[in-house]
Amino acid sequence: MKDPLVVLSSVVKRFGTFTAVHRLDLEIAQGEFIAIMGPSGCGKTTTLRMIAGLETPSEGEVRISGRLMNDVPVHERDTPMVWQSLALFPFLNARENVEFGLRMRGVDTVERRRRAMEWLERLEIGAFAERSVDTLSGGQRQRVALARSLVTEPRILLLDEPLSALDAHLVIRMQGVLTRLQRELGITFVHVTHSQSEALAMADRIVIMSEGRVVQIGRPREIYRTPGSRFVAEFVGRNNILSGVSRGDAIETALGTFPAAGLPAPGRPATLVIAADLVEISQAPRDGAIPCSLISEEFVGATVTLFLEAADGTELKVQVPERALGELNQQAGSRYHLSWPADAGHALTET
Amino acid sequence: MSARIATGLLLGWLLLVFVFIFAPIVASVIFSFNSDRFPTIPLGSFTTHGYDTIFADAEIGEAARNSIIVSLSTSVIATTLGFATAYTDYRYRFRFKGPYLALILLPPTIPLIIMALAMLAWLSWIGASGQLWSIIIAHSVLTAPFAMAILRLRLHQIDPDLEAAAWNLGSSEWRALRSVILPFCRPAIISAACLTAAISFDEFAVAWFVSGLNKTVPVIILEIVQGNIDPQVNAIGSLVFLTSMTLVVLAQLFFIARVGRT
Repeated sequence: MKDPLVVLSSVVKRFGTFTAVHRLDLEIAQGEFIAIMGPSGCGKTTTLRMIAGLETPSEGEVRISGRLMNDVPVHERDTPMVWQSLALFPFLNARENVEFGLRMRGVDTVERRRRAMEWLERLEIGAFAERSVDTLSGGQRQRVALARSLVTEPRILLLDEPLSALDAHLVIRMQGVLTRLQRELGITFVHVTHSQSEALAMADRIVIMSEGRVVQIGRPREIYRTPGSRFVAEFVGRNNILSGVSRGDAIETALGTFPAAGLPAPGRPATLVIAADLVEISQAPRDGAIPCSLISEEFVGATVTLFLEAADGTELKVQVPERALGELNQQAGSRYHLSWPADAGHALTET
Repeated sequence: MSARIATGLLLGWLLLVFVFIFAPIVASVIFSFNSDRFPTIPLGSFTTHGYDTIFADAEIGEAARNSIIVSLSTSVIATTLGFATAYTDYRYRFRFKGPYLALILLPPTIPLIIMALAMLAWLSWIGASGQLWSIIIAHSVLTAPFAMAILRLRLHQIDPDLEAAAWNLGSSEWRALRSVILPFCRPAIISAACLTAAISFDEFAVAWFVSGLNKTVPVIILEIVQGNIDPQVNAIGSLVFLTSMTLVVLAQLFFIARVGRT
């Protein structure tokens, strides 16, 4: 890892009797795009707000560029944030919104205007500079908010689910804008989101949080292919999760015994995770395949997820390309046979 | 068809209500231009004599000056106090906030005459009665709750992230208050200032009790009416009505403007 820009050590945040963040340790590198992801109430936004200084840690240290930030007030931190609500100033036009941070730093009018316009042009909304922010579309407002945060040339940009209010097609475009900007500027982006597609698409590293704790940190592919816990396996991607008992090099479950690596000592409980897109489905019976009946399907475009039920009631999921569906001739109640390659299973040591 | 009849009847009813409310005021304005001494029908001839008298009357001029000073000062003080309390309510969570707000909103619920007596007792006890600024103090107490109510409504409309966004972009708390909260509240501040000025300008009971020799316009009206029947009262009444209505309409315009623009 390059020099860490932000270091959180043993950070705890309590609100009254509720602990929002439990002993969090996290290093964020200079120039890194990091996504903090988790369900609502997992402490991801609180963590971001502690970096910005909007919340003070109850315990532990927050350092930026080596400097202890715990008692540095918000306005002296230079950690601009793009808010979920965008928080644009409704009484200022687009350009004045972008100028705000420069005005607070005492930059003179001419320079301020020049730099604001430069950023508005860069984000392709120069034509709307003098428009009231109320009259702009969601995507344009988003760009104003981005320009407002970046115009002061910070070392870090904090993003608090800013894309959650946008239409699906705009989300993809804004993801493109964000990744391009981050690469061009080479500054650190900390992006809080509950959307795995956003995190997987943009981040260098993903931090998964649950109930105030970090449960896994890793590159998007690691998180996606080798979830470290049942929680991550359920939260990211589409996984089949089977509980059983370790037999050393295989795991015994209600559906049969499957080979897997990294299992705990024989006799101990273990869990097997098989990603839905690695499961093979066919109508013809095959050796070792699990007979199932189709319950429902979820069509999302290029891929379709089929939900099936095994004889003992276990629910299994299969993801297949939409174009492969024709051969299956799927109907509710139809019988199918599922199997997966020996190396597709990923063992968890917990249950 | 029956819907149109119903609409017609409702409009007629509305018209009656307005006639009922405004007839006395319209009558007062009409009689202020009447040459007869007593307000009776048929009317005499048109005259501006009533207005000429009041503009020539030094005592009424003095009262008008007092009223303007009192209502302007009250407006500034009450709006400032109202903003401070509304902002405290918006920004902070603390124990006994409910009682705190109730206490602030209390003055308008007390009967004016009781309020006036209490004010007189208190102000004379601390040796501050009978001055022009005695009325200003009393009126500020009386009108601040209205200012606070208007400003509180406005602060409820603010995006809670807005002020934090200003800090996040490098403004200190004071700077954010000045460059974000105040501009956001500006229409409501103007509205509150107009309304408090109007209330103070019209207020009689409290002013009469604590004013001593410094009479305001409503106080002098009562004195004239007590003495004799004089058409100039109608003239003063019309001017007072015009002033207050202008202020109230201004307050309403800014109120509507801010509701319209989130």
